[in-house]
Amino acid sequence: MYGGGNTFEKIKARDPHEEDPVLLAEFEARIERGEKIEPTDWMPDLYRAQLIRMIEQHAHSEIIGALPEGTWITRAPGFKRKLALMAKVQDEVGHAQLLYSAAETLGKPREAMIDDLINGKSKYSNIFNYPAFTWADSAFISWLVDAGAIVNQVANSRGSYGPYSRALERICIEESFHLKFGHHCVIHLATGTPAQRQMMQEAVNRWWPPMMHFFGPPDKMSVHTETLMKWKVKILSNDETRQQWLDMYVPKVWELGLTIPDDKLKKNETTGKWEYTEPDWDEFKRVINGDGPCNKERLAVRKTAEERGRWVRKAILGKNAEYVTPLA
Amino acid sequence: MNVEAIKDLLYKMADDQLILGHRNSEWIGQGPLLEEDIAFASMAQDKVGQSYTLYQMLNELGEDVPNQVAFMRKAHQFHNAQFVELPIGEYDFSLIRHFLFDTADYHRFDMLINSSVEPISLLARKLKGECRYHSMHADSWIKKLGNGTDESISRLQSSLNYAIPYAFGVFEESRMEEDLITENIFGGEIALRERWIEHVDNVLGQTQLILPDLALESPHFGGRYGEHTEHLQPLLDEMSEVISTDPTADW
Repeated sequence: MYGGGNTFEKIKARDPHEEDPVLLAEFEARIERGEKIEPTDWMPDLYRAQLIRMIEQHAHSEIIGALPEGTWITRAPGFKRKLALMAKVQDEVGHAQLLYSAAETLGKPREAMIDDLINGKSKYSNIFNYPAFTWADSAFISWLVDAGAIVNQVANSRGSYGPYSRALERICIEESFHLKFGHHCVIHLATGTPAQRQMMQEAVNRWWPPMMHFFGPPDKMSVHTETLMKWKVKILSNDETRQQWLDMYVPKVWELGLTIPDDKLKKNETTGKWEYTEPDWDEFKRVINGDGPCNKERLAVRKTAEERGRWVRKAILGKNAEYVTPLA
Repeated sequence: MNVEAIKDLLYKMADDQLILGHRNSEWIGQGPLLEEDIAFASMAQDKVGQSYTLYQMLNELGEDVPNQVAFMRKAHQFHNAQFVELPIGEYDFSLIRHFLFDTADYHRFDMLINSSVEPISLLARKLKGECRYHSMHADSWIKKLGNGTDESISRLQSSLNYAIPYAFGVFEESRMEEDLITENIFGGEIALRERWIEHVDNVLGQTQLILPDLALESPHFGGRYGEHTEHLQPLLDEMSEVISTDPTADW
């Protein structure tokens, strides 16, 4: 599960103007023709750096995203929910595995990426820094956060880097089952007993601002992205993905008789765009930079898991193990 | 048909699967490497799914519906071996438990293929396939880590020493044992234990781990009769946290 939020901070890489102009022109022509770039092909330094960061953040978001929902596996109400949630969270970990492999094809080993996650150098989706207090929070994540991830990932699966694009195609198929599961849970709560209904409404109220943050800052606040769009690293802008999601899911939330905590939220029939109150972008920055309700807890859990598992990873390597970059 | 004996057998099997499946699921997001998170999640799903099937059979024999039986009973009403309710601990303990329990599980289903009760025999045929993969997974990790580093070998050895008396508790004979054997419903715990020892001994023989002298061990019995460690009730409280707020609601 991944939104578009964190991709466009400044990155250290060679300026494309310093690349070999002939190679660069060929590279851009291939992308223009809709060809995929494969791991052993020539690529500009900035393209590689940007993709590593994006895929790595995506992978981190999957394993960190498994934590808030994972805590509900042991509490899921009944067999059907328990089994489905286990499978769902397992899928998320599987996505991380796929994505780390895709990022590894660009030259950064999985262990190095996980180290950067733990030491705070590398980010993950901001939304997982918020707590899942109730079963309804977990249902909200499965339905609407996954729906947001699908909007983002379907777009990015049309991107130019082969291994990432193929991983995303498979991920989107699995996410669409998560969305059905989440929707099913939400329907049951929203049409259930008064207590269930209230639990669901409170979850919507709690998760609305982080959900609006999920797609990243508005385009007018984002750093210049033309090159990345031209290279098909980024396919849709933050505002475009947010609009798509609002258009697809706000009516479905309203249909269930739930309210959304934003008086200004409405579709402008003339422009076809949704209007809404801007969420607090200072809070977004604060949380992304480490000061959210669960940042410390999430990283601590990951760190403990890494430390506790170190002896296992060491024991399976054997004396003559060598690192090999995967090919796809 | 000896319904009481069949229920007795199904309950202990279903409760083992449910509780260990629940424990295995606690590894999701916490494993030593992603591949193990995924493996434990798969086995957790298989086990909880198997318990559901077994509770359904019990339901057909007149017991309450699976959600009620699994989520609403108290610890003293559970028939699982104490072994499966112990906390997941470190990966070495969870792996050793997985190895010792799933070896028994695989052979139990293999024996049940010959059960005189047709639905049990059919089910065993089906579930044995899943259990075979669990057992293969355990065997391969035991061989890897049991021949790995000094640390991995010593960790596995101490977990093995700790786990063996609990593992023996899996073979505790229940009050219907004689009926189960004489009516060919199940070949019995003693016979199962013999097959288990042979398998465990064979795998450990390919590692640097040493199987403790089984004659000197005194098993942790009681689970099959509702006697449990202090770990089971909190597990059940957690499992029913949401559903018990309104067991009649549709979740």
